[in-house]
Amino acid sequence: MTGPVEAIARAVRQGEVRAVEVLAEHLGRIARTEPDVHAFNLVTSDVAGRQAEEVDRAVAEGRDPGPLAGVPVALKDLLCTRGVPTTCSSRVLEGWVPPYDATVVTRLAEAGAVFVGKTNMDEFAMGSSTEHSAFGPTRNPHDLSRVPGGSSGGSAAAVAAGFAAASLGSDTGGSIRQPAALCGVVGAKPTYGLVSRYGLVAFASSLDQIGPFALTVADAAMVLDVISGHDERDSTSLPGAQPSASSRLGRGVAGLRVGVIAELVGADGMAPDVAARVEEAAAALSAAGARVEPVSVPSVRYGLSAYYMIAPAEASSNLARYDGVRYGLRKPGADITEMYTATRSAGFGAEVKRRVMLGTYALSAGYYDAYYGKAQRVRTLIIRDFEDAYRSYDVLLSPTAPTTAFELGAKTADPLTMYLNDVCTIPSNLAGHPAVSVPFGRGTDGLPIGVQVLAPALGEPVMFQVAEALEAAAPTGGAA
Amino acid sequence: MRVAYLDPPLERSPGGGCRRVDRGRPGRYDGRVAQPISEDEVAHVARLARLELSQAELEQYTSQLAQVLEHAADIEALEIEGVPPTAHPFPLVNVLREDVPRPCLDRDEVLAQAPDVDQDRFRIPRILGEAP
Repeated sequence: MTGPVEAIARAVRQGEVRAVEVLAEHLGRIARTEPDVHAFNLVTSDVAGRQAEEVDRAVAEGRDPGPLAGVPVALKDLLCTRGVPTTCSSRVLEGWVPPYDATVVTRLAEAGAVFVGKTNMDEFAMGSSTEHSAFGPTRNPHDLSRVPGGSSGGSAAAVAAGFAAASLGSDTGGSIRQPAALCGVVGAKPTYGLVSRYGLVAFASSLDQIGPFALTVADAAMVLDVISGHDERDSTSLPGAQPSASSRLGRGVAGLRVGVIAELVGADGMAPDVAARVEEAAAALSAAGARVEPVSVPSVRYGLSAYYMIAPAEASSNLARYDGVRYGLRKPGADITEMYTATRSAGFGAEVKRRVMLGTYALSAGYYDAYYGKAQRVRTLIIRDFEDAYRSYDVLLSPTAPTTAFELGAKTADPLTMYLNDVCTIPSNLAGHPAVSVPFGRGTDGLPIGVQVLAPALGEPVMFQVAEALEAAAPTGGAA
Repeated sequence: MRVAYLDPPLERSPGGGCRRVDRGRPGRYDGRVAQPISEDEVAHVARLARLELSQAELEQYTSQLAQVLEHAADIEALEIEGVPPTAHPFPLVNVLREDVPRPCLDRDEVLAQAPDVDQDRFRIPRILGEAP
């Protein structure tokens, strides 16, 4: 299935259309519907215009404009962009202008991408609805009364609304895949270490990964190939070359072994229409020649609890840097402790405070073993259970999110209910494995449903291979 | 400053000097997840995290954190004796590179982002206990 990324890049490279025309079309859509959707914290028309002109110049002069020539891309607003404000949707960073580019930003720019804007998100990527943004929520382009999911809700909505052909998000516990599912687009979390995190504002460092959103599986794989690869500026970046995420596209799924994770299909709160779509997806893969069976991965049911100890613990440490000293907000205080406290109390929103306190608690002496230590052992169990499953299966299948997009405000009063959105996506982050959400039909409410394909570490090629088969078999199209 | 992070934590008392903070209940690890968190404990972690809470916020956060901790009690049932902890998905350690000089961030550009600068340094309010 040819997506806009492939189509735009081909047309621009061949001189059939100019990058500035492609950009104008997308900016036109932004002008018309962005006021309703609020996908962006900042639309960067000037930056995009300069990039598009440079691409057109390269084409005119016979230079290679790059594999993503003229492709409008939106960037989650926690990716550092030199000279362009990066807020993480937090007051504490309002007005901050990074002095450097994230490695993924550099790689996309060198590939000829055109940056249309910085997308809205839950503050510091903590949330599942993009309602925890200091700058107001993003709305789901399929139904403006619903959330787009989160935390990368702006990036998902930007692609669903046609503001950009692709976007980048970050995924710590599902923050790419869950909004992709709710907005009816493809969203992939790569293997931990595949994509450099230099210039990604940190949330939970043992879990965070950057990944793409796109309208098609092939487009997502293409963008991932551009941004992945070793980077010596990220010490968690995997050394050596890895196979292209696109390398197994077009091969079908005959002979592949697919396990459907029973604990996730049957998770508490799983909507019947979502579970039914996953069963349909499994049947479709079976009809395409894969061997599909239910599989038990018992410890994934403890993933949520382990995650909500580990991620806040790491966040409480990472967010200690917002102290009003070197950048961002400073509120005055008589001494430095008062200044720290005033700055952080004014700068952080409620969800960030909640997680920082939860993490501080989980790490405090006396509770460390009971919470953080135990969660780390659960993490080992989850990795072992996945390893067992991958001895018998090439990929695993599950729902991405337990429900379709919910109403704005429906879950903000009850943090635990919000956290339950991530039950199916968290295990892959704890294991460091890749997973992708593919649109697969709609729910009884007419809103998109995503099916998740999980693969072992560095299993991106087979993961996208299976995702492509699901895309081909999906009952309806995805985007709005 | 540093002493505030010792545990049991030392806190400045109103009359000056330091006192041990009463944590409410001992945090002995007995293989069970503790009871839901108290308001005093939330107030304590808020202080450690340099967050100021109103009484209404304190009550709300206490009930919300207790709910999350209650949910986390499900890992109590797991047999984890002898299971090693995982801190990181892949065992990459001591990643080094050649020590080759290269350009760093532009100092003026970096300092331009600071809330307060004195000459080429970040300027901060007085440190606790020192003369202004």
